[in-house]
Amino acid sequence: MEHITTPKVENVKLLDRYTNRKPANGTLYLTATHLIYVDASAEVRKETWILHHHIATVEKLPLTTSGCPLLIHCKNFRVAHFVIGHERDCHEVYTSLLKLSQPVKPEELYAFSYNPKMPKDNREIGWKLIDLKVDYQRMGIPNDFWEITDANKDYEVCNTYPPEIVVPKAANKATVLGSSKFRSRGRIPVLSYLYKENNAAICRCSQPLSGFSARCLEDEQMLQAIRQANPGSPFMYVVDTRPKLNAMANRAAGKGYENEDNYDNIRFKFIGIENIHVMRSSLQKLLEVCETKSPSMSDFLTGLENSGWLRHIKAVMDAGVFLAKAVKEEKASVLVHCSDGWDRTAQVCSLASLLLDPFYRTFKGLMVLIEKEWIAMGHKFSHRCGHLDGDLKEVSPVFTQFTECVWQLMQQFPCAFEFNERFLLEIHDHVYSCQFGNFLGTCHREREALKIFEKTHSLWPFLLQKKQEFRNPLYKGFTAYKELKPNTLPFSFQFWCGMYNRFDKGMHPKQCVLDHLLNCMSQKMKLEDSATDLENKLPFLDGPLPDEVCSLSKIVNASVESSKTPMLNTPQDYESEPPALLTNGAIVEEVDIMPSRDQKNKENFVNHHDLPDLHSTMEVIESDAKKEKLQYQ
Amino acid sequence: MEFAELIKTPRADNVVLHRPFYPAVEGTLCLTGHHLILSSRRQDNSEELWLLHSNIDSIEKRFVGSLGTIIIKCKDLRIIQLDIPGMEECLNIASSIEEQHCMGNTHRKQALSTLDSVTLMYPFFYRPMFEVVEDGWHSFLPEREFELLSSVTNEWRLSYVNKEFSVCPSYPPAVTVPKSIDDEALRRVATFRHGGRFPVLSYYHKKNGMVMMRSSQPLTGTNGRRCKEDSALINATLRAGKRGYIIDTRSLNVAQQARAKGGGFEQEVQYPQWRRIHKSVERYNILQESLIKLVEACNDQSHNMDRWLSKLEASNWLTHIKEILTAACLAAQCIDREGASVLVHGTEGTDSTLQITSLAQIILDPRCRTIRGFEALIEREWLQAGHPFQQRCAQSAYSNSKQKWESPVFFLFLDCVWQTLRQFPCSFEFNGHFLIMLFENAYASQFGTFLGNNESERCKLKLPQKTMSLWSWVNQPYELSKFKNPLFEANSLVIWPSVAPQSLQLWEGVFLRWNRSSKFLDEACEEMNNIIEYNKELQAKVNALRRQLAELETDDGMQESS
Repeated sequence: MEHITTPKVENVKLLDRYTNRKPANGTLYLTATHLIYVDASAEVRKETWILHHHIATVEKLPLTTSGCPLLIHCKNFRVAHFVIGHERDCHEVYTSLLKLSQPVKPEELYAFSYNPKMPKDNREIGWKLIDLKVDYQRMGIPNDFWEITDANKDYEVCNTYPPEIVVPKAANKATVLGSSKFRSRGRIPVLSYLYKENNAAICRCSQPLSGFSARCLEDEQMLQAIRQANPGSPFMYVVDTRPKLNAMANRAAGKGYENEDNYDNIRFKFIGIENIHVMRSSLQKLLEVCETKSPSMSDFLTGLENSGWLRHIKAVMDAGVFLAKAVKEEKASVLVHCSDGWDRTAQVCSLASLLLDPFYRTFKGLMVLIEKEWIAMGHKFSHRCGHLDGDLKEVSPVFTQFTECVWQLMQQFPCAFEFNERFLLEIHDHVYSCQFGNFLGTCHREREALKIFEKTHSLWPFLLQKKQEFRNPLYKGFTAYKELKPNTLPFSFQFWCGMYNRFDKGMHPKQCVLDHLLNCMSQKMKLEDSATDLENKLPFLDGPLPDEVCSLSKIVNASVESSKTPMLNTPQDYESEPPALLTNGAIVEEVDIMPSRDQKNKENFVNHHDLPDLHSTMEVIESDAKKEKLQYQ
Repeated sequence: MEFAELIKTPRADNVVLHRPFYPAVEGTLCLTGHHLILSSRRQDNSEELWLLHSNIDSIEKRFVGSLGTIIIKCKDLRIIQLDIPGMEECLNIASSIEEQHCMGNTHRKQALSTLDSVTLMYPFFYRPMFEVVEDGWHSFLPEREFELLSSVTNEWRLSYVNKEFSVCPSYPPAVTVPKSIDDEALRRVATFRHGGRFPVLSYYHKKNGMVMMRSSQPLTGTNGRRCKEDSALINATLRAGKRGYIIDTRSLNVAQQARAKGGGFEQEVQYPQWRRIHKSVERYNILQESLIKLVEACNDQSHNMDRWLSKLEASNWLTHIKEILTAACLAAQCIDREGASVLVHGTEGTDSTLQITSLAQIILDPRCRTIRGFEALIEREWLQAGHPFQQRCAQSAYSNSKQKWESPVFFLFLDCVWQTLRQFPCSFEFNGHFLIMLFENAYASQFGTFLGNNESERCKLKLPQKTMSLWSWVNQPYELSKFKNPLFEANSLVIWPSVAPQSLQLWEGVFLRWNRSSKFLDEACEEMNNIIEYNKELQAKVNALRRQLAELETDDGMQESS
């Protein structure tokens, strides 16, 4: 709280990015965790909550006649453009936000103060919800070829791996340790996924320290052990997900890639996914395009192309598809690495698992997948997401890309996933929110040191509680689709408006099929209950059997009416110049909106049950419906 | 059949057919007067191909040794390939197809000069296999539309001034005009408007009594010719003290240039009560080229991501979609939000004008979002309004004729409707398949609906007597069921689509239709259907049970009391 000098500023305008409409006017509050803006000019009270951890950048723009502009870019792609009346206030808010949004010490992160008022036991149970051992058992491990070892229990093999790792039974301790000396940061080949049906495995590691000619017998034995754990195939793939040039350049630094001559029966392949720096600048360009004020179609498509974003998404997807195909169709095991094996490798391995195994397309499955391939295997969330004040060059949207790949698959296979788009967005939000302990730190060892299991909550039980709103009504169940073979031609990839223009509601479809179907699902349960209920009552009375009456199917009941999806809709600025007014200068202020009965405030996805002090001072958040005035002119 | 005799080689054996989504199949190829048929003589009918000659957009021949290959590109964007053994056979077949194909296209191109040859087209020979319950030719008569209008206002009348098509050759015999304007005045206004297309009523907005009219450009020329009847006509639609908007679908520059050719636009001095807005919408063969480029981009599977996006951009198709939708939204906004009447025109008033007026109605009028209402809209704003379908749809994306009159104007309109449907998935009674079906039939059809360029031609061709209407077929319950949107819930509101680039998408149902399987998307549609249907059944069951329970309770009550 010591950073907050001005907890409340009145007469703050919130500009709309896309229109010339009169901006909202209201009050800005700073709390320990959130920036809250309360729009007082709207007919209906509207609040915007921005978590400090979500703030990526704060900029003070040159003073204008109406005040001092403050531009906030968030990590979940919200852009808020405030105009504060007094320069002094603006400066204070600005300096406060700079500090609040870039905590220096891990203890300052939200997760350590977040207290949802639940029994202590629940918190502990929550952390046990995902047990990776169960997933290995599901794959049939341990078996004749693979075992779960605690070889890394003291982080002796690799300090960014978890204590328990899955390695071939044939690889003894000497092999494991020997191999670890020959792999960048000791990240030896370990199992990521075993395709039970044909014993083909996906394994992951970091680049070998081969330089121009170095060899390591134990590493060669390690790969041999992996290949031999799949007796059905005479060879295995070694996939380097980097562009060949990058890999070659690494040889000068004593790193590099596997020489096919040194390893028995491997087929080596480059895949060419770009590094974190290229991805960071690609996203930057994409966001600039998304932010452009009323761009032409040409501007948008050219910008989309120049950003390279979809090219990178396609590269990741292509790699995932290659892995899945090798395992499923060629029955060959694959060893995947990039440089350190925690970015591209994580993307590609998790995507391949998702393609091969319907379990990972369920709620629980996706959680397991993220825990296994990302959290446990040391994807450096803290650095990639910039949780703490640190090196900006370490920040990169690696996990965002994985999230998008899953979304692209959901577009092609709408019935194959148990969850919907909102689930992905919610996870993505919390990767940055630091509200839960899961994504803190960079690896298991660091999380232990931070005592996150004792001091923070796990995200997963929190998400499961909200399962109803995250489910995909079209999901056809676990057995409907086995492996997915997505089309990876360029036209199969769409721009994800729901992510990168998520807060520009005016751009989204005005009626939401998902809401409509979710409504149907909840209605279905109610109807089934009342049908059973009524059927139970009827036999006690005399009269015709219900079936005979069922022909009266035309009756429309009031409860059907209530399922109507709310529609948020007003015209936008279709004329490039300010809208033509009538001679008398009046604008027709009419609202073509159906107020919904169960409007939820979607603006503040991070729940704030934990802020009773502020909560009591504010009225209950009201509907989204009329805020539309902000979206358009 | 006389033209069947023209066919040099009516059949060929051992022909191998390649087409999207089916394995190659060998069979016998037959050419009839109107169809290209391939039959594998297998039990399964899916192994057969029936292709209307009029659906063929272009043909290519290739030879490898003695094996000839004919590649047929269709107007519905499908590409099929026929491998024919023997060079001579192949050449003969190819030239026979070409002849048929060319004949079909000459009909369309020279429709006016060789009206007779149109009567050789398939719709004149097609005999329906279904019983006609409702004759579509009489489903959407102007009189009926006028009746609907009369129930809400008496300020308009139905004029038969164009009974003989003498005042305006591209207008229908009956048009709706302000009551205060007599036929004589209409005749005079007609001489002042391009092609005689004087301002007529397009849409009446019940909510506030504002109207949308359409016409062609005024013939002001360089010396600023005037016509007081013209201003009287459009002023008759204004309320006292109110202003109206003229939406000109050309840029100011183009409109000014039109004066040199005798055309022009409404000058403020002569129309002080009107404010003119220029909202440029592209026209003619520029649109056709855009279509050609887009389809080329979609069909080339060797593109990488950058190349695909750059081709998509360079085609400008989505730019046109954005332009058209924006202009339509503006027109709707003037009417609904500004409470002003609107006149829409470009040059001829047969293309971009109709795109704008029909889309504005979809935005404003819930009726246009029902199946019946949408059919009525197409009849009113496209067919009777004189959109020259035969010329515009003579060729599609594989055309190489580069004729100015070929233009996917109607196709773009359907795409804009699809974009709106995508943004308001619960507000339309029909689904995307309905729009695709209309696209197909506009370009090649067994029905007579889209033949001819206007009502006058249709009348001369006696289409209603000699051909079947598309609506007669579509409006059968079984056919309709395929075109219904399960999410539809009548929505009486105005719907405002977003025209941001992020909100507009490639119409995959048409452009990617033959390039990738839609199996999983179709499954999703089916699943959605199932969910909604099941709920409806459940609801019906619960209602029935409730009613029964209530009845029994009343009975019991009566027994007790008696």
